[in-house]
Amino acid sequence: MPSLKNLPRKILPWIFLAPLLFMIILFWLVPVGLTVFLSFTNVTYKNFVKFVHGVEGAFNFTLENFHKLLGGDPYIGEIAKITLIYVGSVLAINAFYSLILSISIVYLVKNEYLSTFMRVVWLLPRITPAVVYGFLWIWLISPDTGPFYQFFASLGVAPGSWLLEKPYSQILMIVVNGYVGASFGMIIYTSAIKSIPEDLIRAAKVDGASDLQIIRSIILPLLKWPMLFVISWQTLSLIASYEQILILWGSYGATKAAGTTVFAIYAWFKAFEMGEYAYGATVSLVLVAIGIVLILLYFKIFGFHKLMQPSKIEV
Amino acid sequence: MSKKYIDIKKIKKRILLEKIAKALIVLFVAVIPSIPIWLMYLGLIAQAFSSKVTLGIIPNGFTLKNWRFLWSTIQMGLKKYPNIWPITINSLYLALGTALLVTFVAGLAGYALSRMEFRGRTKMMEFILALHAFPSIVLLIALFVLLNKLGLYGRGFITLTGVMITKAALEAPMGAWIMKGFFDNVPWDIEWAALVDGCNRLTAWRKVILPLVLPGFAAVAVFAFLAGWAEFIMAFTFIREDRWWPLSVMIYHVIGEYKFVDWGFLAALSLFYALPTIIFFVFSQKLLLRIYVGGVKG
Repeated sequence: MPSLKNLPRKILPWIFLAPLLFMIILFWLVPVGLTVFLSFTNVTYKNFVKFVHGVEGAFNFTLENFHKLLGGDPYIGEIAKITLIYVGSVLAINAFYSLILSISIVYLVKNEYLSTFMRVVWLLPRITPAVVYGFLWIWLISPDTGPFYQFFASLGVAPGSWLLEKPYSQILMIVVNGYVGASFGMIIYTSAIKSIPEDLIRAAKVDGASDLQIIRSIILPLLKWPMLFVISWQTLSLIASYEQILILWGSYGATKAAGTTVFAIYAWFKAFEMGEYAYGATVSLVLVAIGIVLILLYFKIFGFHKLMQPSKIEV
Repeated sequence: MSKKYIDIKKIKKRILLEKIAKALIVLFVAVIPSIPIWLMYLGLIAQAFSSKVTLGIIPNGFTLKNWRFLWSTIQMGLKKYPNIWPITINSLYLALGTALLVTFVAGLAGYALSRMEFRGRTKMMEFILALHAFPSIVLLIALFVLLNKLGLYGRGFITLTGVMITKAALEAPMGAWIMKGFFDNVPWDIEWAALVDGCNRLTAWRKVILPLVLPGFAAVAVFAFLAGWAEFIMAFTFIREDRWWPLSVMIYHVIGEYKFVDWGFLAALSLFYALPTIIFFVFSQKLLLRIYVGGVKG
C-alpha cells in the first residue's frame, strides 16, 4: 500500500490509534460517565427496561442514593471496615511477604533450576483460572476431605465452616487473595534483584560480606522504589478485586454472615442481586473516585517515567 | 600477637551458622507456605483420576469415571447442564476473539506510540498507563447498562460477542503498552537503514520490524487469550442462557451443585478447563516472565 506514504504525517498516527481510542471511549469513558449518571437517578429493576429503551419519564433524577450512602445505609460502615482490613492485609502480604519470598527464592537459593521451579509454583495461583482456583480452596477447606481443614483440625482449630464463621472466613478471604497477590510482588522484586549489577555483590563478597549482610545493605535499599510501586499498583487493583469472594461466597447473605462483604462486591450485589442499579452505581462511584484520585496522586509521586519503569504488565 | 591471626574454626562456625540460617529462611518463607499450593494441584490431579483418595492427595484406584462429562451430559436430579463441547467452543470463541482483537488494536497503537510523532503523545501514553492501572471491574454496572443500551444483552451468541469485545477493550490499553515497549526496543537505525536501502515504510515494517517484535505480538496474544479463557465475572453477570455460557460460568454452577457430593468429578472438570492455561504457561513461560520482567527488554 504505497498510498500510505502519501497520507499527511499528521493523520497517520491517529489512524493507527483509532481502534484503541474507539474502544477506550466506548468501554472506559462512557461507562465512567454512565456510573456518575446512574448514581443521580432512581433506576431499579422496576423501571430498568423502560430506562434502557429510553421511554420518557422512566426515571427521575435524585440525590437519594448519596443520602443512603452517607447515612441511610446501616451496612456501609461495616463494609468500609471490612474493605480496609482486606486491602490492608493483602497489601501487607503483597508488599512485604513477597519481598522476603523473592529474596529467598532468587538470592538464597543458588540453584538456578530450583529457583525457577519455586517461582513457577508460586505463580500457579495467579495463572490458574479464578473459578478453578476458587474451587480448589473450597475443596481444601471442606470438612469431609479437605487437607487444609484437617490439618488445622488436628491443631484444635476446627470451625464448623471456614466459609461461614468469623473470623475464619475473613482470614480465608485474605489468604486466598494473598496467595494470588504474593506472586505480583515476587515478579517485580525478582526482576529488581536480578538487575542489581553482579559486580556490586561480588565486590561486597570479596570484602568479606556475608549473604545476610548483602541482603541488608545492598539488596533491601535498592528495592525501595519497586516496593513503593508494588504498594501503589496493588492498592488500586485490591480495592476492586472481588472475583474470588464472589466465587467462594456467592451471595450477599453468605458474605454478610461471613463478614466478607467488601465495597466492590456490595455494589455487585446491590445491582445484580437486588436490582438496585442506581444505588449499586453509587457504591461503585466511590471506588471509581478513589481509583482516579490514587492514579493522579501516583503520577505526582512517581512522575511518569518512574511509574513506567518497574513493570510493564500486570499478570 | 595471636589475636592477629584469623581463627579458622570460628569462621567455619560462622559460615555453618549462616548456612543453617539461610536454609531456615528459605524453608519457612518459601517452602512451607507453598504447601497449600502443592496440595491444591496434587489433589486436583489425584482426585481427577482416582475413584477414592486418601488424605486428599494419595490416589487409590485409577478410573476415568470422573471424566464422564466428556461423553455424556451432566445431570443433577432434574437439572440438566448443556453438553460440554459447545460450552468449550464458547470459551474458545471468547478467548480467541479477545486475543485477535487485542493483538490487532494493540499492535497498531503500540507502533504509533513508539514510532510516530504527534501532538499529545506523552499525554496519550500517560492516559493509557493510567487506564492500565485503573481497576476496570468497578465499571461492571455501567457496562451492563451499556450492553443493554446497545442491544447486546440477553441475546445469546450476540451477548457472548459483546462480552468478548468488552473484555478486549478492557485488556487493550495493557496490550498497547506492552507492544510500545517491544517497538521501542527495535533500534531506529535498523528501520532507517531499511528505508535508505529502498524499502518503503510498509516493506520495512514487514521485513525488518515485524520479525523483531513478533515475540511481543505472541506475548500479547497469549495474555489476551488466557484473560479471555479465564474470564468469569462479566460472562457470569451478562450471559443468561446456559447454552452460551463459557466454561468458567458452567463450572461455577456445577461446583455449587456437586461440592461435597463428587469431588472427583469436579476435579476432572476443573482440570479439563485449566489445562489450556497450564499448557500455554509451560510453553510460553520464558516469554511471559521476560515481559513481566520489564517489557522493553524484549
